Order: sequence, then C-alpha cells, then structure tokens
Amino acid sequence: MIKEKAEVVIVGGGIVGCSIAYNLAIRGVDVVLFERSYLASGATGRCGGGIRQQWSTEENIRLAMESVKIFEGLEEELDYHIEYYQGGYLVLAHTEDEVKQFKKNVSLQRKLGLNVRFLEADEINDIVPHLDVEAIGAIGATWCPTDGHANPFKTTIAYARAAEKHGAHIYKFTEVKGIKVEKGEIKEVITDKGKTKTKIVVNAAGAYSREIAKMVGVELPNKPYRHEILATEPLKHVLDPMVISFHDNVYFRQTEHGEVVGGWGDPNEPSSYNIESSFHFIVQMSRLLSRYVPKFRHVNIVRQWAGLYDVTPDARPILGPVEEVEGFIQANGFSGHGFMVAPMVAKLIAELIVEGKTSLPIESLNLKRFREGRVIKEASVVG
Amino acid sequence: MEKKDKIIVCRCEDITYDEIVQAIREGFTTPDEIKRVLRCGMGPCQGRTCMRLIQRIIAKELNKNPAEIKMPKVRPPLRPSPIGLFAGEKNDKRES
Ligand SMILES: Cc1cc2nc3c(=O)[nH]c(=O)nc-3n(C[C@H](O)[C@H](O)[C@H](O)COP(=O)(O)OP(=O)(O)OC[C@H]3O[C@@H](n4cnc5c(N)ncnc54)[C@H](O)[C@@H]3O)c2cc1C
Ligand code: FES
Repeated sequence: MIKEKAEVVIVGGGIVGCSIAYNLAIRGVDVVLFERSYLASGATGRCGGGIRQQWSTEENIRLAMESVKIFEGLEEELDYHIEYYQGGYLVLAHTEDEVKQFKKNVSLQRKLGLNVRFLEADEINDIVPHLDVEAIGAIGATWCPTDGHANPFKTTIAYARAAEKHGAHIYKFTEVKGIKVEKGEIKEVITDKGKTKTKIVVNAAGAYSREIAKMVGVELPNKPYRHEILATEPLKHVLDPMVISFHDNVYFRQTEHGEVVGGWGDPNEPSSYNIESSFHFIVQMSRLLSRYVPKFRHVNIVRQWAGLYDVTPDARPILGPVEEVEGFIQANGFSGHGFMVAPMVAKLIAELIVEGKTSLPIESLNLKRFREGRVIKEASVVG
Repeated sequence: MEKKDKIIVCRCEDITYDEIVQAIREGFTTPDEIKRVLRCGMGPCQGRTCMRLIQRIIAKELNKNPAEIKMPKVRPPLRPSPIGLFAGEKNDKRES
C-alpha cells in the first residue's frame, strides 16, 4: 500500500524528480515520489550524461555553474559512485557567425566567473589530439576544462537512495492516473496502486509532463522529440573531453568504462513519442564519427537507443508555480540538458516549496513567460 | 553458497551470481535495472548469454515465474559492427 498522505508528491523518477525528492527530504519535508517504470527509465537513463557550463544565456550559465559546484561534492554528499569526471567540453565553431557568437558567449561566461577560453583552429589538437580539424571544417572552438560528465543512471539512484535515507517514500512501477483538484487547490494524487492526499504536486514527468498537466487542466507548450544515441565497444582511454558541434548537431565522449557514446540530432525529426532506433541515425552518426576521428572507423558499434527530449518553445525549462492551480509546481521542459542542471534546479525547487523564495531567481522561467511573450531563446543547443 | 559466490553469470562483464543476487536485494528487481547498475548485458554479446540466466535468478529471488520478468529490449545492431561499415566506406581493412 502506498502512503495515505504527504506534504509533497513528485511525479516522475528521473534525475529531476529524484534530486528534488532528496532536496525536500533533507529539509525535513514529508515527500512521496511516483515513477511508473523503474527509476531513470525515461530520458535520464538514456541520456549522454554531459555536464556543460558553456551556455549563451546568463540564467543557464549560472544554473550549470552552480550544478557543477554540487556535482563536485556529490559522490561524498550522497555516498555513491556516480562516475563524475571533469574532462572538459570542446565546443567547435565552423562558421564566422559561430565564431562571433562564441566569442560573445565566452565573454559573458568569463564575466560570470567561468574558466573558459576561445581556441584558434591550430590549438584544437592540443586538447583533442585525434580530431581531424581540417576534415570537419572547424575554424575555432571554445574550451572549458571544468565541464564534464557523470553516469546518469547512477546519479539518479544516488539521489533516490539518499532521499529514502532522509525519509522520502519512493514508489517505482506506480503510475499517476489523475490528480484531484477542488476550487483551484490540489487534494490528492490517484495512482494505479492507490491514492495519496497532498496539497503540493511537482510535475517532473519529463516528456510526459504535458499529460500530467492536462490532468489538472493546465496546458504546457512542451513537445516530445526523439533523440538517438549510440555506444561503441570499450577502447583504451583516448578522449578526455566531450566534443560537441552545434553546426553538425553532434556530440560524443568516452565513458569511464571506455565506450565512446555519441548522439546526433536529426533536424527533420518530427515531434512524437517514438523511441525506436533508426538505421538512418546509425549511418549518419557513423559518417560523422569517422570524419571527426578517422581512427574510429575500425571501432565497433555495440548498441544504439533513443530517448525523448522534452522541448519548450525557447529551449529553456519551465520552473515554479502556475496561476490556475495552487500547489502545482513545474520542473520540466529541459530539452536536451536536464541532467546537467538538475542538482541546482532541485535545490531551487526545494527552496521555493519550503521557504517560498529561491537563492537564484527563477521567475523568468515561469510558465507565464509564454503567455506574456517574454521569450529569449537559448542558442547553444544540439536540437 | 561458498561455491555459488564464484559462479560467473555474465562472462563479458565478469559479473558473478552473488553480485546479481545482492543487486536484487538492494532493490534492482528488473533485468533493465540490473543491466544498468552492473553492466551485465552490455558486453559484446549484448546479453545473449547472460540475460536469460539473470531473468531466472530474479524470478527465484522474488518467487515469481520467469515468464513474468520482463526482458530488456534488444538494441540494434544485432552484431557489433565497425563504424566504417555503417559510414559506407569501401576500404574497411584495419590499418597496421
Ligand atoms: C539521447 C539523449 C541524450 C541526452 N544527453 C544529455 C546530456 O548529455 N546532458 C544533459 O544534461 N541532458 C541530456 N539529455 C536530456 C536529459 O536526458 C533530460 O533533460 C533529463 O533526463 C530530464 O530528466 P527528467 O527527470 O525531467 O525526465 P525523465 O528522465 O524522462 O523522467 C521522467 C519520468 O517520469 C515518468 N513518468 C511519466 N509519466 C508518469 C506517470 N503518469 N506516472 C508516474 N511516472 C511517470 C517517466 O517514466 C520518467 O521516468 C539527453 C536526452 C536524450 C534523450
Ligand atoms: S555475457 Fe553478459 S553481456 Fe555478454
């Protein structure tokens, strides 16, 4: 039987839901989390695990930088090995327009205290020796050595375990079917295993957040998009940083285990809940990888898979309350970068719920922005 | 038990019977979760050798019928194949 009553109910057991559960539990909140499958079964367990602070908007840079500070101490804080590794991120520029934008990004990032610099084309191989700079047409890059990656499944489990230690109740294989609202206030959450009375619901259902919001009559602008990714056999360690190109819509890195993991965003991908793997992807990704690192031609691909990006019109997340229903808190719409900002986002959402105010401003990320037309698009994304 | 401890269930990733039972007792109760926490099923054989065994171990631990334990999705490609092959390169010989 599930718990009859809770102060807060979280829908979704990905990185966002589990990190919020932890941040609430350590603040003494009585919290319940429902995940319809296993933990990290959604986008989180399928994601690249990349952690990047090189963004184009101040708010994303700050969220990512604060998250990195948390990631740096997270293994100790949660007492779990999450394969966190600061190998840096190399962001490639292929056009003069990109060079101009990247230099602007670097100056904003540096102003906010990030250790990042612009590299000329002939400096790129100092960072990643095997990259064929000429063949890929890179004319510059930006480089931040404190960016990195972690294992998304293990990070989620680490947060969930620590949350439970602090009293959170996490129910996997339990699906939220409805949310009862009376006079604009939340009364209870209905699942396939029973009901839990609560006044506050956090909507952290990733690409399915739109469906959860519909249960209480709130319309979210989020759209799901399939995003594909693959892994090679393990190689000896040759690649320290994550390499990423917005121009080619591609990124890849090497895991602690030695596999090269990389994804390519198909610009023609229609919005859908499809997460089947395609042959088209494996061909495109292989062409890119063998052009980027010619040595990879002989490396075996062992598996490919796909997950859903939860995309908002401006590629920025939706955080905080909504006007129509009291106690209905959004923590979704993370597009292709929810893993890396989750530690700080979770802290802010917990602060909002417990103290009613946050240590970094998040009003600009409220759902209201779409209704009021205050939209600044994040430029540095693999779409 | 002494002997079972050393039984290797996943040869590719060198995972023992005992490690799998421990993971199940820690709450990783599906083949999907075991795969992600222990890496068994992620080796070159992609779980062809070990996943059925893991399904049976879970069934035994949870007192269920193996048929009730859902197996992870088989992920393409069916056999590990070189990047150059998918990229459509003619000469796929290994350089020395
Ligand atoms: C291929 C790919 C690569 C990516 N690479 C990166 C990267 O390198 N770095 C990065 O930061 N981000 C990356 N992302 C994005 C990142 O994965 C997501 O932003 C992040 O995982 C979102 O976490 P979440 O917890 O919001 O969503 P999810 O992990 O999707 O969790 C939502 C959960 O809600 C559950 N749920 C849905 N409906 C219900 C219901 N009715 N009842 C109960 N539970 C429900 C789902 O089962 C799911 O587990 C990538 C994404 C993909 C697909
Ligand atoms: S035996 Fe387990 S992956 Fe091959």
